[in-house]
Amino acid sequence: MTLTVDGIAKRFGRFPALAGVSLEARDGEFLTLLGPSGSGKTTLLRVLAGLDKPDRGHVLLDGADFLAMSARERRVGLVFQQYALFRHMTVARNIAFGLDVRPASSRPHRSVIKQRVEELLALARIEGLGGRYPAQLSGGQRQRVAVARALAVEPQLLLLDEPFGALDTKVRKELRAELRRIHDATGVTTILVTHDQEEAMALADRVVLMNLGRIEQIGTPEELDASPASPFAFEFLGEVNRLPCQVVDGVALFDGFTAPTLGEERQAGQGEALFRPSDVRLDAAPTADGLPVRIVAMGGRGALRSVECQALSGHRVSAELPEHLAGQFEVGQRVKLTVRRVVAKVTNPSPAERPAPLAKSA
Amino acid sequence: MIGTVAPRRIESAGPAVLVLAALAWLALLIGAPMATVFTQALSKGLGAFLDAFKEPDGLAAIRLTLLVAVIAVPLNAAFGLAAAWSIAKFNFRGKAVLLTLIDLPLSLSPVVSGLVWVLLFGARGWFGPMLDAGGIKIIFAVPGILLGTILVTVPLVARELIPLMAEQGADEELAATTLGSGGWTTFRRVTLPNVRWALLHGVLLSNARAMGEFGAVSVLSGHIRGLTETLPLHVEALYNDYDFVGAFASASLLAGLAIVTLVAKTALERAGRVAAAKGSAL
Repeated sequence: MTLTVDGIAKRFGRFPALAGVSLEARDGEFLTLLGPSGSGKTTLLRVLAGLDKPDRGHVLLDGADFLAMSARERRVGLVFQQYALFRHMTVARNIAFGLDVRPASSRPHRSVIKQRVEELLALARIEGLGGRYPAQLSGGQRQRVAVARALAVEPQLLLLDEPFGALDTKVRKELRAELRRIHDATGVTTILVTHDQEEAMALADRVVLMNLGRIEQIGTPEELDASPASPFAFEFLGEVNRLPCQVVDGVALFDGFTAPTLGEERQAGQGEALFRPSDVRLDAAPTADGLPVRIVAMGGRGALRSVECQALSGHRVSAELPEHLAGQFEVGQRVKLTVRRVVAKVTNPSPAERPAPLAKSA
Repeated sequence: MIGTVAPRRIESAGPAVLVLAALAWLALLIGAPMATVFTQALSKGLGAFLDAFKEPDGLAAIRLTLLVAVIAVPLNAAFGLAAAWSIAKFNFRGKAVLLTLIDLPLSLSPVVSGLVWVLLFGARGWFGPMLDAGGIKIIFAVPGILLGTILVTVPLVARELIPLMAEQGADEELAATTLGSGGWTTFRRVTLPNVRWALLHGVLLSNARAMGEFGAVSVLSGHIRGLTETLPLHVEALYNDYDFVGAFASASLLAGLAIVTLVAKTALERAGRVAAAKGSAL
């Protein structure tokens, strides 16, 4: 099922939760909606599920008007963060619910439902738990039941709202892999909402990065990693350092070194550079180019070590170095710092070079 | 559920004395009067006790009391469910006002709950002349007794359900909807089973109160023997006639109702705890 979202806008009172969102999910694709709280990702999911009505815009599923259908008619599988299992029903009854409530004319025979429940229990790897009540299950098991229940109606679209938010890290990673496996086995077009960038990147075919009710960027995890569309995207997708810089012709100028800029900043002037700790390099040679800094702390275990540096100006930069490189340095040492690539944000454009206002690309 | 600390076993004299004092106090306040009711009722033998229920006025009082309960309790249950559902699962303007209004009868003297109907529908009330012209009698008749009873008991079911439903939230209903369940099916298969123990609990309390209500009913009844006297009013009338065996015999029925209610309530709470351990909640 191909899902087309076109210009969806939704206000709650004076707060614009969604300010014109358009995207497309291809048949069988796994999309994650990633963003901070208040970015509109959950509202978008609720609009797709039919629980909220947008003020403007269209949603089409394989060309059919989805908004004209009620939540009940949409055949959307919805998985909640808090599971929302029917607490007075056994696991098997929970999973069978979507089939049980069909009108007699379209309800499968009881033996068919029973068999379907068994298949889903196996798919979600919770065989043998069919007779338990939700209160007798762990959080991870409950979420497996919730996914199985949503899949029972053979949904046209599987929607998950922060499904792993209430689980501890280990279970979360396990379930993440399971969900991807279930998705690949069923081929259902899936949209998952999360504020966890690691989760979004690990699960998705494509990530939809949202902020303030708008889409900042859509792309594969690799694309987002390699070419973030905005300082927000860059900042949200990983750890960042900040240093003031001068930007000219797509190059960031620092005291002692320069670095190419990523993203769409085309203005020149005073600004700030954002960069990842993994893009920082240190050189102990006194004659080397780079910003003079002093190492103030070292930490971490394993293959990657973190090295905290402080410039004369007081700015702190953390670098992430492979173990064998980090081993050459010690706390208190003076070294030269360079950066492989940055995302620049010009805050104070130089008046002479201020370009004509560009049409802002989405 | 928030974790609670399990009570300790009593191992020293101090707590034991306190417990004994509490039991003695309860025996004095509740046990002794209850015992009096039954000893007085049986003071002239079982025959005299049973005669009290053969008397036509007494039978009429029992019938009227049952009628009032049979009408008032289901109405309260329906209203309580509707009110709790709307308050717990939706946000709307005037929610706080509705909550306060539901509580109002609890803080109102039952006499006032009776009087308001007299002011509305009595001979000199706002709608009195209109009703008179239509030949409809509300005050000093069964409809008045019903109105008074309903007003007094209306909060009981809603009060039981609101906190539970608010805690449960609306996610299960939303999940049911996305699974293709219609409104009525969702109510019957998801909402209602989730609150069934609390609902029964509320119905029980509401029933006990409806059968035992005196103040409001006293204002509205007109005390016509055999016609507009409920059991509590009948007890008072017999007592005023110095028919102590009759009064206490009828009172023993109400006392019996209280005991049955208590036992049923305890049983329900136990069933609810068992269900909660499995997943359903009280």
